[in-house]
Amino acid sequence: MVTVYEKKLVYEKKVGLSRRELLKRGGVGALLVISGSAVISPEHAWGLETSALKPETMATLIQAARDIYPHDQVPDKYYAIAVKGHDETAAKDPAHKELIEKGIAELDKKAGKGGYRGLGWEEQRVALLTDIEKTPFFQAVRGGLVVSLYNQKEVWPIFGYEGESYSKGGYIARGFNDIEWL
Amino acid sequence: MAASFDLKNDGVVVIIGSGAGGGTLGNELAQKGIDVVILEAGARHELEDFINDEWDSFTQLAWKDKRTTSGDWRVAKDFPNLPAWIVKSVGGSTTHWAGASLRFQEHEFKAATTYGKVKGANLVDWPVTLAEMEPYYAKAEAKMGVTGTNNWPRLPGNNNFKVLKAGADKLGYKECHTGNMAINSVERDDRNSCQQTGFCFQGCKWGAKWSTLYTEIPKGEATGHLEVRPNSMVIKINHDASGKVTGVVYGDKDGKLQEQKARIVAVAGNSIESPRLLLNSESSKFPHGLANSSGQVGKNYMRHTTGSVYAIFDKPVHMYRGTTMAGIIRDEARHDPSRGFVGGYEMETLSLGLPFMAAFLNPGGWGRSFTTALDHYDHMAGLWIVGEDMPREENRITLHKDEKDEHGMPIADVHFDDHPNDEAMRNHAYKQGQALYAAVGATRTFPTPPYPSTHNLGTNRMSEKAEDGVVNKHGQSHDIKNLFVSDGSQFTSGAAENPTLTIVTLAIRQADYIAAQMSAKTI
Ligand SMILES: Cc1cc2nc3c(=O)[nH]c(=O)nc-3n(C[C@H](O)[C@H](O)[C@H](O)COP(=O)(O)OP(=O)(O)OC[C@H]3O[C@@H](n4cnc5c(N)ncnc54)[C@H](O)[C@@H]3O)c2cc1C
Ligand code: SF4
Repeated sequence: MVTVYEKKLVYEKKVGLSRRELLKRGGVGALLVISGSAVISPEHAWGLETSALKPETMATLIQAARDIYPHDQVPDKYYAIAVKGHDETAAKDPAHKELIEKGIAELDKKAGKGGYRGLGWEEQRVALLTDIEKTPFFQAVRGGLVVSLYNQKEVWPIFGYEGESYSKGGYIARGFNDIEWL
Repeated sequence: MAASFDLKNDGVVVIIGSGAGGGTLGNELAQKGIDVVILEAGARHELEDFINDEWDSFTQLAWKDKRTTSGDWRVAKDFPNLPAWIVKSVGGSTTHWAGASLRFQEHEFKAATTYGKVKGANLVDWPVTLAEMEPYYAKAEAKMGVTGTNNWPRLPGNNNFKVLKAGADKLGYKECHTGNMAINSVERDDRNSCQQTGFCFQGCKWGAKWSTLYTEIPKGEATGHLEVRPNSMVIKINHDASGKVTGVVYGDKDGKLQEQKARIVAVAGNSIESPRLLLNSESSKFPHGLANSSGQVGKNYMRHTTGSVYAIFDKPVHMYRGTTMAGIIRDEARHDPSRGFVGGYEMETLSLGLPFMAAFLNPGGWGRSFTTALDHYDHMAGLWIVGEDMPREENRITLHKDEKDEHGMPIADVHFDDHPNDEAMRNHAYKQGQALYAAVGATRTFPTPPYPSTHNLGTNRMSEKAEDGVVNKHGQSHDIKNLFVSDGSQFTSGAAENPTLTIVTLAIRQADYIAAQMSAKTI
């Protein structure tokens, strides 16, 4: 089971770490912190508990997801939600678990000391991803994201997509022809 | 009251598929007092069940049974098991469709004569002319409520249309308007007018857009001569020793095989399933499948030369608001070989929601070049290219050698190679579309590759001579008198226009023919 904790209280209780401690562990500038079986975002008050994949793997997967589909205005939480399905699948399917764990290990190895997440520039990480673009691992991660990232209703407003409109009476009185700059 | 017919009733007309062709034919025959059973593979979802959500709606309505692909078309690489985006549900693809309803042009019925010899294309003329089709086109437009005909006003233009129109004016295009749409611009036929919801592809919850689901089918049922049997997947058509068809075998809702007897069988499963079924109905008498003495069943698969152009502007557009496809430029639809290709293409407004845009803008794409496009989703405008593609023998539907579906029927493989004419046309259209948006100030444009096929045509084509095709000018198979084809697979060539108005027109015409033959007792 993967749980995404949304409230500070929740992760503090469940994981039993204070915010200060978290920041200490993560060091300055670290976006995601590993604690026990969870990936935690101290700054944004959410945590994600893994069941099959290593939490480090999950943290790297979240970073890779952002590097594959980088939207600077989309918070990490949505990338975490987008990749958590891999943990669920891994719990049921050992082959999938191996695909992801090995794929991430490979990325970390290529990245050298400090691993994939230790690379400071997006370009450096993207170069590694480009190298493995054709692999089943990359395709599984990228392919899954197309739906799992962009089909989250919560991210639609960030892109200016309004979603369902029938219940609001369509756009006939809500701007279907409101363009003014032409 | 909807009828209910016995499996052993061999006086009924059995129609396979309830979409544009099958649903229309079923109602037309029922109106004439002829008993009809429509067998439909999909479930029956009524309009209140439709979902304003792209993936959820796709899951609800689309044909997702596995198919395989081959050939050099990009769909085979990006969507190897989804060659077509069509529907498995009562109403067929008329639940998903956008409503663009255009008559073919006169020369398009004479493709071989007009275009001359095109290397690598298997062109023949249609056995019908525009003049013969016109009275039936008029009936179809009246039935479907096509805007811009019968004094029905055109739809109001949405934001996406306004951008298209501004660009068309800049490029000097003359024929640009909100189209001929089978969408109510005014209340009629006991149905709402369009509320500009923007989910035309997901089933119109207002019922403003024509679909056999809530027009033809209930009207036919009300006569007491039509039964629609959902969740009924036909896997074989049976025949007797004389070669006449006698009934069909189908898997029912519980997966049990049943046989429905029939006086006449009409196949309308869309252009992948219809030939698949004919091929799978092989017997010792017809070793290459039914109606296939010419060897043309499954061949000449066409999907229109398509592509999209999306553009980003420095100011908002909100293209997804309002009718998805109410906007067209027709100037490029003419035949003008000086452009470097035969035939022509239409440009029509199109928008996708964010989830489908992510899936289709550049399948397989990733990184900032891709994501910065989506970052400006609400500043995007878009158009769809739909042009005539060339029929080719090697573009075809075949039965998979090993893989079978849940009923034990071999799955379909769809092979498609672009013809050089298709590529030249697509490139021309990309250039025009990009120039059009640039003229309105686009800061970036995207020549977007074709989606899985929404228009599927030609795999049981009409021909004057039996050796050139599968059916005659009435959709009656050349080989078997009481076997008809009633969907887009009858198309002899593709024309530039969206196909459904012509499918409906042919179905109305075919109903007259079947009724006349039945009373003359020739079938
Ligand atoms: C998103 C989208 C937008 C479109 N927009 C337009 C447009 O604007 N204008 C236009 O002209 N066209 C448009 N089209 C195309 C249009 O929908 C099709 O051309 C038309 O519906 C095809 O009619 P048909 O009768 O051949 O098949 P369909 O309408 O697809 O109906 C076939 C039916 O047969 C059933 N079936 C198949 N095999 C079997 C079997 N063995 N047993 C029982 N049932 C079976 C299927 O489940 C299906 O319900 C669009 C299509 C899509 C998907
Ligand atoms: S825009 Fe009009 S036709 Fe399209 S779904 Fe909405 S009401 Fe129906």
